[in-house]
Amino acid sequence: MTEDSKRTVFICRGTGCESSKSDVLHKILEEEIKKQKIGKKVEIKKTGCHGFCQQGPIIAIEPEGTFYAMVKDSDIPKIVESHLSKGEPVQDLYYVEPNTGEKIPKYDDIPFYSHQHRLILRNCGEIDPENIDDYIERGGYDGLKRAITEMTPEEVIEEVVNSGLRGRGGAGFPTGLKWKLGRNAPGDQKYVVCNADEGDPGAFMDRSLLEADPHSVLEGMLIASYAISASDAYIYVRHEYPLAVERFKKALEDSTARGLVGKNILGTKFSIKIHIKEGAGAFVCGEETALLASIEGKRGMPRPRPPYPTESGLWGKPTVLNNTKSLAATSAIIAKGAEWFSEVGTEKSKGTAVFALTGKVENSGLVEVPMGATLRSIIYDIGGGIQDDAEFKAVQTGGPSGGCVPADKIDMPVDYDSLTQAGTIMGSGGMIVMDETTCMVDIARYFLSFAQDESCGKCAPCRIGTLQMLETLDKIKAGNGEPRDIETLAELAITVKEGSLCGLGQGAPNPILTTLRYFLVEYEEHINDKKCRAMVCTDLIRFEVDEKTCIYCGACKRICPANAITGEKDVMYVIDQDLCIKCAACFEVCPPKASAVVKASAFEKGGAK
Amino acid sequence: MLEPSREALVSELISSLQKIQLRLGYIPQEAIRWLAEEMHLSEQDIYGVATFYKNFRFTAPGKHQVKMCMGTACFVQGGESLLSATTERLGVEPGKTTEDGRYSLERVACLGCCALAPVSVVDEEIHGKMNQRKMSRLFVQIDKKDREEKKGKSK
Repeated sequence: MTEDSKRTVFICRGTGCESSKSDVLHKILEEEIKKQKIGKKVEIKKTGCHGFCQQGPIIAIEPEGTFYAMVKDSDIPKIVESHLSKGEPVQDLYYVEPNTGEKIPKYDDIPFYSHQHRLILRNCGEIDPENIDDYIERGGYDGLKRAITEMTPEEVIEEVVNSGLRGRGGAGFPTGLKWKLGRNAPGDQKYVVCNADEGDPGAFMDRSLLEADPHSVLEGMLIASYAISASDAYIYVRHEYPLAVERFKKALEDSTARGLVGKNILGTKFSIKIHIKEGAGAFVCGEETALLASIEGKRGMPRPRPPYPTESGLWGKPTVLNNTKSLAATSAIIAKGAEWFSEVGTEKSKGTAVFALTGKVENSGLVEVPMGATLRSIIYDIGGGIQDDAEFKAVQTGGPSGGCVPADKIDMPVDYDSLTQAGTIMGSGGMIVMDETTCMVDIARYFLSFAQDESCGKCAPCRIGTLQMLETLDKIKAGNGEPRDIETLAELAITVKEGSLCGLGQGAPNPILTTLRYFLVEYEEHINDKKCRAMVCTDLIRFEVDEKTCIYCGACKRICPANAITGEKDVMYVIDQDLCIKCAACFEVCPPKASAVVKASAFEKGGAK
Repeated sequence: MLEPSREALVSELISSLQKIQLRLGYIPQEAIRWLAEEMHLSEQDIYGVATFYKNFRFTAPGKHQVKMCMGTACFVQGGESLLSATTERLGVEPGKTTEDGRYSLERVACLGCCALAPVSVVDEEIHGKMNQRKMSRLFVQIDKKDREEKKGKSK
């Protein structure tokens, strides 16, 4: 590269990087470029999520493909002066691979990205989500054009069927088949609904996609509407995702202005109205019939199926409901052909899977891999392994309806069927990695309390059964468990699973069932020995200050919100066990060189870390 | 054919409630009464829908709103410990407002910033990779700012 070539700076403005102040960074960058008078040589593009949120704020520079991570305000002048002005990348700011300590200058060489295969996230981080021309330049709206000017609705559906795309919301129902059912359902008024009510805790795929590439979702909605002859399409987005809503609104305005949404699109007979609805914080609304009730302005409670929404959905009319990622996939499938998608993946699970990889993993963020990739490749090759060299214990997929898969299944391929066999589900794409510091009884209780709290209360097995399970788990966590509790839990789990109306209740026992199946010994320890091996369950542990290693810095006393610690310089620091709320603040702030605050089993003598 | 206007009107109920809450910070009883009249619904109908959804609150929020994410990633990264320390520090249970009306504390479901876990939102600003020390400093700063503001006013 010569010093004169024109460069483009891609600055990530997704929610992750924004919360690391990338908006401020953007301004500083603009000012610095003005100050150094190189405005003509540089174009700044704000992008949506690059997926590697943990390394935010992220700046990428083309044509070199340089990747700068965790950029600080004070780094900007250096980047502008050296890289943008003189063409010399700033080596000090290169991304450092945590495992090898190696500096990696280029985006594509970073293991987090190089092991991915991006079909659904194809534009994320590559375009300005608020610029429709960026999207069009990369082949955007080609799918819509091809569908409505060259294909019949039946041919569009056939193409989606041939791609083998299965619903990315988690259940994995074939998308093309769903469209066919919607098309064949009798009725002159039909609807398409995009489910962007991404309620699973630990999942942010749909948010990132809508923030980074809203047009791809919109285009998918348009194609689906054409395929089933819908006159109106709705997108139902979580209220917690304001930026996603804002970007989608902008996309809708721009595409309307270009005649891609509205009446007689591209001179054809196809017309469509798009509506945006925001959720109001009810997890159960991710369930399709509950979501439809919510759009209608009612309490979001599920109803029995059949009839399925394809027969009787919104206001009783045939309705096709698709997940955000499924729709983003269809826009490219129609543009590029079914094979573009079906040649990736396994025989029964085509294409790719998008995961929000988080938890105790070195590199967390948004990842897309071919279906059938192993857990090992996701967690180790892309994720860089477990934080702080701790021992990998389990991985949880599928949110509150999913389950925990133990470490010995690390070489299992990730696809719909393998995950179901292991007792969990694909879900919408949350993947939370756990290490030895995660208590499996505690994590089971966490998911169950979520499901119990979000249960709409319509059917008894879910409403009462989840509460009974929760009370049993609380008893075990508090050290009051009895051996028969395990049997009770298993029995309740089966009852709730079989007797509940919707996916929330049917899935709620999965975290319990999988932890009982793979981590029974931890339940037994809690019950028989009153011991939590991960040192998490607060009733079974206590915090102590080890006088041998204490350096009398007083950090623990200062941070303690309960004023439970006494002591001063030269006087032993002691934690008053009656006042201690076990929030672990002292444990966290104790300097690593001392590590004097230790966790000990409450029912054992002597402290162990 | 469009859906009957009655259905279209009712389908605006949730967004109307959201607009009210956005302006007032909560949904007072008067607003429900007004909305009922406007939409030709009973107050019970509106309460029935409003109380179903977690986002709606029916009491005024505190001056500073502290939301602590309890999504799975935040939970696994110590969110629960952080919440119990904050509960103790502010002297208020999640879902409630302090007696002096300065802080309201909420535990929220996933905010979708999981790669930055644990995450807290204080007065609409997202704070990622939170820890006990950062949390404690944040409250010290807010308290200091409030004291200065108060001093400025009394001068």
